[in-house]
Amino acid sequence: MDGTFDILLQQVLNGLVLGSIYALVALGYTMVYGIIGLINFAHGEVVMVGAMVTISVLSMLAGAGFAPGIVTLLLAIMAAAVVCMLLAQGMEKYAYRPLRKAPRLTPLILAIGISIALQNLAMMIWGRGYKTFPEVIETQPVEILGATLTNVQVSIMIISVVIMLGLWLLVDKTRLGKAMRATAQNQEVAGLMGININRVISATFLIGASLGAIAGVMRAINYGQADAYMGLLLGLKAFSAAVLGGIGNLFGAMAGGLLLGLIELLAAGYAGQFTGGFLGANYQDIFAFAVLILVLLFRPNGLLGERQADRA
Amino acid sequence: MKKNIGGRTALATAVTLFMAMGIAQAEVVKIGFAGPLTGPSAHQGQDVEHGIQIAIEEANQQQLKIGGEVAEFKLVSEDDVADPRTGTAVAQRLVDSKVAVVIGHYNSGTSIPASKIYAAAGVPQISPSATNPALTQQGIPSVFRVVNDDATLGRYAGNYLVNKLEAKRIAIFDDRTAYGQGLADEVTKAVKAAGGNVVVREYTNDKSTDFNAILTTAKAQKADAVFFAALDYQAAPMAKQMKNLGLKARFMNIGNLPNEQFKQMAGSAANGVYAWNYGTPLLDMPKGAAFEQKLKDKFGVGVVQSSPAAYDATWAAINAMVKAGSADPKTYLPVLKSESYEGVTGTIAFDDKGNLKSPAATVFQFADGGWKTMSVERN
Repeated sequence: MDGTFDILLQQVLNGLVLGSIYALVALGYTMVYGIIGLINFAHGEVVMVGAMVTISVLSMLAGAGFAPGIVTLLLAIMAAAVVCMLLAQGMEKYAYRPLRKAPRLTPLILAIGISIALQNLAMMIWGRGYKTFPEVIETQPVEILGATLTNVQVSIMIISVVIMLGLWLLVDKTRLGKAMRATAQNQEVAGLMGININRVISATFLIGASLGAIAGVMRAINYGQADAYMGLLLGLKAFSAAVLGGIGNLFGAMAGGLLLGLIELLAAGYAGQFTGGFLGANYQDIFAFAVLILVLLFRPNGLLGERQADRA
Repeated sequence: MKKNIGGRTALATAVTLFMAMGIAQAEVVKIGFAGPLTGPSAHQGQDVEHGIQIAIEEANQQQLKIGGEVAEFKLVSEDDVADPRTGTAVAQRLVDSKVAVVIGHYNSGTSIPASKIYAAAGVPQISPSATNPALTQQGIPSVFRVVNDDATLGRYAGNYLVNKLEAKRIAIFDDRTAYGQGLADEVTKAVKAAGGNVVVREYTNDKSTDFNAILTTAKAQKADAVFFAALDYQAAPMAKQMKNLGLKARFMNIGNLPNEQFKQMAGSAANGVYAWNYGTPLLDMPKGAAFEQKLKDKFGVGVVQSSPAAYDATWAAINAMVKAGSADPKTYLPVLKSESYEGVTGTIAFDDKGNLKSPAATVFQFADGGWKTMSVERN
């Protein structure tokens, strides 16, 4: 790590790791918005629940004598994904579905309410402090062109890319994907064509929730901890990433997430240097949101968003 | 009608008498506590609360008399969520509920704004953990702390980095709380005074767990020591990320280490971490082991950080009230200022500003699965 290039590369890689987590969460926001035009503010809390359930299941498995390793981790992630899917299914069926024809503001406020309720519920279940993510995988440094990442961080990036490709294939090539696209275009007409709208919307929530669960685990494993409030800022950032990329657009969410992660790390790494110490690394969130504001000023529909004349 | 009025008078007299009797049986003395009971530092606040609860329980068992009446001590607990604005709001609530003393707040950031409210109401405030020098520099005669301040601790830490660890290029970070910033500034000053070189001076915020950016800057500057003023939930991820980035530098923290949780949080990155703590190691104190056991028996968790100081602060106040024969701050405050008391953390005696007369600080290192005492520094 001598030259400025190595440092830049290190910051970029750090940003991409953070960005892949944002991207996975952002996909949950953008998919739901794309289909029913709802910003599901409770999605951040689904991510938090994913992380917390994984930690609980891991400590249960450890208590039952399972050796820590990739198998126990996968079991725990699957359990977390199931819990998150049930949670999302419940939210969609009992909270959002009855309000599908209501004014747009109503389900939005409901989503904020669910978010607060879930946060407090998590505090009651898991306590008020943070939970430590057990070291199930031994971290090993991986050298990439002079920069250093860990095997966990590299896995996070690879898994994110695989998931995003899988999601793209699902939406673009399968019957369910076609039904989702049709529902997004026009619910009523899609219904007339024989598509089961409720099932498609449910499926969208389920996919978003399972991506959220995985993102939650990634974040917890990367930083070694999780708490009941982690969904709040993570959700807000991911939502911003979705808006940055163009909400409703899958590639937009992916690009927005990665971009936001990059901006944050580069701002944190270089802000002090370029402003002579006037702005420090603690302003990293402000840079991220400032870029969001700038993009929206010049491209109100986001970077990859299309004009949607029929949607207010 | 006349009869009716007579009946009412009788009833009123009876009620008044009954109430007077109630007061005569036991004088209730309210002891206020404020600290974070929710949020990421909730376990620190709860730890302080535990220390106060043990002291109150002991005092009630001893049936202490204040001015001839047996006093019943009661805890009034408030959650300030470590937030300055909430801190002043709960301070007002404590004043309104007529507490005789406030043990708290946990953070310097909440203690300093709240101190003005307590001062205006004449309620003594003893913080077990607020170490920002400014707290006792405001000229408030009723503010105390049972811990050494950051100026002292920062000086010890800076000297240790340069003279004992022989660090040449030091990166100094803080969490930008009143606590962390004050401390890191003191360390920076001490490092420079001792002839050391501060190559990075950066800060994050108290919510962040991603320090890759500033650590990469430190790596680029070839730092051989990293100092971070922040609590364990941030120190642990930083230790991990240093290891992950391959930044081979010594890591020193001042916050709320050493504690047992750190081992779990930081995993193998805990090895070699230096941590300063206020006072002397608990188990080296004559009453330390017994106190730890009491806490474990009652709450299931041992000392996290400030419960011994909170216990001593509570007892210092109770002792002063008993000796003065009054729970009225005006009467017992002079006694609190002049008395000396042998507590769990050492001799509790205050100087004219409200600081401890002889504060000690200890540096630990994590090795072989536990914290080892490296050195005890004293004024």
